Amino acid sequence: MKAAISLLVVLVLAGFAYLGTEVLHWQALFGVVFPYVALLLFLGGLIWRVVGWARSPVPFRIPTTCGQEKSMPWIKQDKLDNPYTTWQVIGRMLLEILFFRSLFRNTRMSIKEGEKVVYGPTKWLWLGGLAFHYSFLVIIIRHLRFFTQPVPYPIELLSSLDGFFQIGVPVFYATSFIFLGALGFLLLRRLFIPQVRYVSLVNDYFPLFLLLGIGSLGFLMRHIVKTDIVGIKELSLGLVSFHPHVPDGIHYLFYMHLFLICVLFAYLPFSKLTHMAGVFMSPTRNLANNNRALRHINPWNPKVKVHTYEEYEDEFRDKMIGAGLPVDKQPEAAPVSGSDNKGEE
Amino acid sequence: MAKVKFDQVEYYEHDQMLQIDHRPPAADWMDTPVEFRPGSWIYPGKAKHLKYLELPNPRDWAVTDEDWKLPENWKEIILKGIRERLDKFRTFKIFMDICVRCGACADKCHFFIGGGDPKNMPVLRAELLRSIYRNDFTTAGKILGKLVGGRPLTIDVIKEWFYYFFQCTECRRCSVFCPYGIDTAEITMMGRELLGLLGIYVNWAIEPVANCFRTGNHLGIQPHGLKDTLEFFADDIEEATGIKVKIPMNKKGADVLFVVPSGDFLAEPGTFTCMGYMLLLHELGINYTWSTYASEGGNFGLFTSNEIMKQLNAKIYAEAKRLGVKWILGGECGHMWRVMHQYMDTLNGPADFLEVPRSPITGTVFENARSTKMVHIAEFTADLIKHGKLKLDPSRNDHIRVTFHDSCNPARGMGILEEPRYILKNVCNNFFEMPENTIREQTFCCGGGAGLGTDENMEMRLRGGLPRGNAVKFVHDKFGVNQLCAMCAIDRATLVTVCDYWAPGVQVTGIHELVANAMVFDGENERKINLRLAPVGKQEQEEDSNNV
Repeated sequence: MKAAISLLVVLVLAGFAYLGTEVLHWQALFGVVFPYVALLLFLGGLIWRVVGWARSPVPFRIPTTCGQEKSMPWIKQDKLDNPYTTWQVIGRMLLEILFFRSLFRNTRMSIKEGEKVVYGPTKWLWLGGLAFHYSFLVIIIRHLRFFTQPVPYPIELLSSLDGFFQIGVPVFYATSFIFLGALGFLLLRRLFIPQVRYVSLVNDYFPLFLLLGIGSLGFLMRHIVKTDIVGIKELSLGLVSFHPHVPDGIHYLFYMHLFLICVLFAYLPFSKLTHMAGVFMSPTRNLANNNRALRHINPWNPKVKVHTYEEYEDEFRDKMIGAGLPVDKQPEAAPVSGSDNKGEE
Repeated sequence: MAKVKFDQVEYYEHDQMLQIDHRPPAADWMDTPVEFRPGSWIYPGKAKHLKYLELPNPRDWAVTDEDWKLPENWKEIILKGIRERLDKFRTFKIFMDICVRCGACADKCHFFIGGGDPKNMPVLRAELLRSIYRNDFTTAGKILGKLVGGRPLTIDVIKEWFYYFFQCTECRRCSVFCPYGIDTAEITMMGRELLGLLGIYVNWAIEPVANCFRTGNHLGIQPHGLKDTLEFFADDIEEATGIKVKIPMNKKGADVLFVVPSGDFLAEPGTFTCMGYMLLLHELGINYTWSTYASEGGNFGLFTSNEIMKQLNAKIYAEAKRLGVKWILGGECGHMWRVMHQYMDTLNGPADFLEVPRSPITGTVFENARSTKMVHIAEFTADLIKHGKLKLDPSRNDHIRVTFHDSCNPARGMGILEEPRYILKNVCNNFFEMPENTIREQTFCCGGGAGLGTDENMEMRLRGGLPRGNAVKFVHDKFGVNQLCAMCAIDRATLVTVCDYWAPGVQVTGIHELVANAMVFDGENERKINLRLAPVGKQEQEEDSNNV
């Protein structure tokens, strides 16, 4: 149901772009206004989000330690999973962000023979996540060829590497398949793993369908319904040079593709997709486990009522004296048995 | 025979407990109200403790009551409480925003593994709170509500929070696997603080807090009582070894303040570990002192609120200052070390009146503790062994085939993994590791941490203890392991039950019990019995095998 709603929303959005350009001829709205608005929402939203997080302090230094701490020189510290210095933290964060270190640890629990709990490694989620994120990154970089003239060599190189297999005209990019395949996998596991399905919200299905829509439309335009590349490039160059101009004759598929991208950009800062920024700021990962060596300051460290030693001794003084425990203050003139048994200093 | 009740282990049939269905039900979780099954929740905090601690809404009530006697403006209090915490804790804010519900955490929780209740999947435990956050603190949630995962705050939500935030032991195992480091312990802490604003506490945590505030320890042992306890231990030590240990208490001018979890004063097998500390420090001639005022290393404030944690923790530095010691040594405890390592200096520092800890025996300066000035006794002892300062005869522990249980907090909130292993390998000849997905940073909770280790919660303790118990059974069957060593007082209390139930034949011990049993002391008598006053070394093993 939640998946169906999400799919429907994406279809309606795509349909809106079709209607808007093919029937209503609002090319300027879809080709110029929406992209700028989306970009503004994306940048503004992301800044608003990150600043919002940053405004809340980190009262305690609470890294989740995943290896041996630094203690004595003869004990080998696990520098990347339990960092002690800023450089080690940077190492840990790089592993986390570039290689999804934590997800790589993933295990799958099952109960064998009705009584043995076993844990096997499972790398599928890690692999699917990595495949999706990296192919998406390559695709975004590839797309820079629409925004640059002449196209910088690194972008051309990446594109040709991506089309390494030289199959088809125009060549098929490996990342197109990896991207759609990985998204499909992520969607299927969300639909078919009962626990994941149980916790999934519309907020989880919607980005998957949105990205699938964007990817499929892109694929369609490149390989099946040939669109006017020259016109598209004219439009995109106009956008980046702030001299927007909408050429005639661009296929409605392009506007659908572009509009869904606009939705993605505008939606990102206000959704779970902000994990893209949040992962950098997660206090269980981005802090050094040097707590006992370097004091961490809590800016709002509260004043609290404490039970002082004086109050404690006042309550238990007689008993302490009776037990021969030293006290700071002798009882006033009260001849308590054992009061001569003064504590040693 | 009296009828077996839900707070007794015998109440729970093995086969039934192993009928675990991890597949969630058809109905949406938001439409599934909480069912308070006996054995799966904890009695509420008594009014007298709340009054003593000046906490809100003290009253006597029962979880099964329809009316929890909440303040009239309870909803306002909670929403204001959430707002405040979002502004005070970056963790809370980020963890509310960035979860993608990938499900990597789902089967990492010992309560989910052992029970199958979907709301014990860490992701869903967080959603219990996140759904309210969405509904009342995000624009999309305010407009679209349930469609985007929001739900209104109702009394049933509060009851559900109570049930599930006290079915989390704040062990942080899920946080190891989360791609964004979302820490359910942090979410549970927020949830418990919010419940506290309405006067909802569990008695098993708030009574120790009240005791600790007054008497200096969770158990409420008064100063003369503590002295009796330690003297009693000293008598047993003398019987076992012939050595009469000194018991320095509240001693001004000592070099070292020694703080342990009070669980080690109370019950076996923790008491044997305590005797181990006493022997070690006596033998080395350390100028140390116990304190009756700061007689608790543990801190149930960690399971209650950051303010209460600070209140209780304040005694440690205050007492170190009053007694004029140079540094602080801490015993074997789990959550105590989360507090000492990750919180104490921030809460109650700077400890600029103390000196950087330096072992008087080896001269080692503990640079990693140069600010907090507190050293873990496993670090201290490992250093002694490394420098050859302890005379050890590990064959005295030859009747023991031991495995090591990493306690959650020292493993995932500190990373003290090698020191205890190094010590164990030096004091025991037969050391075996449990499977790798159940130790070190992936270790499983005992099922009774974070204030849940009480008998009325027995079903959940046994369920939560299943993954650990199962791994223990594995090494028991495979290597003949007969003792589980744990560096935590709650472990030593709760794992006895877990092992008896899931891995019968395995006893629980602490590191310093084994250290003391292996130590060769000057002037000791012929060691025929160990600190348990049981025969030493091989003899017992032979007897055992004869008995089999």
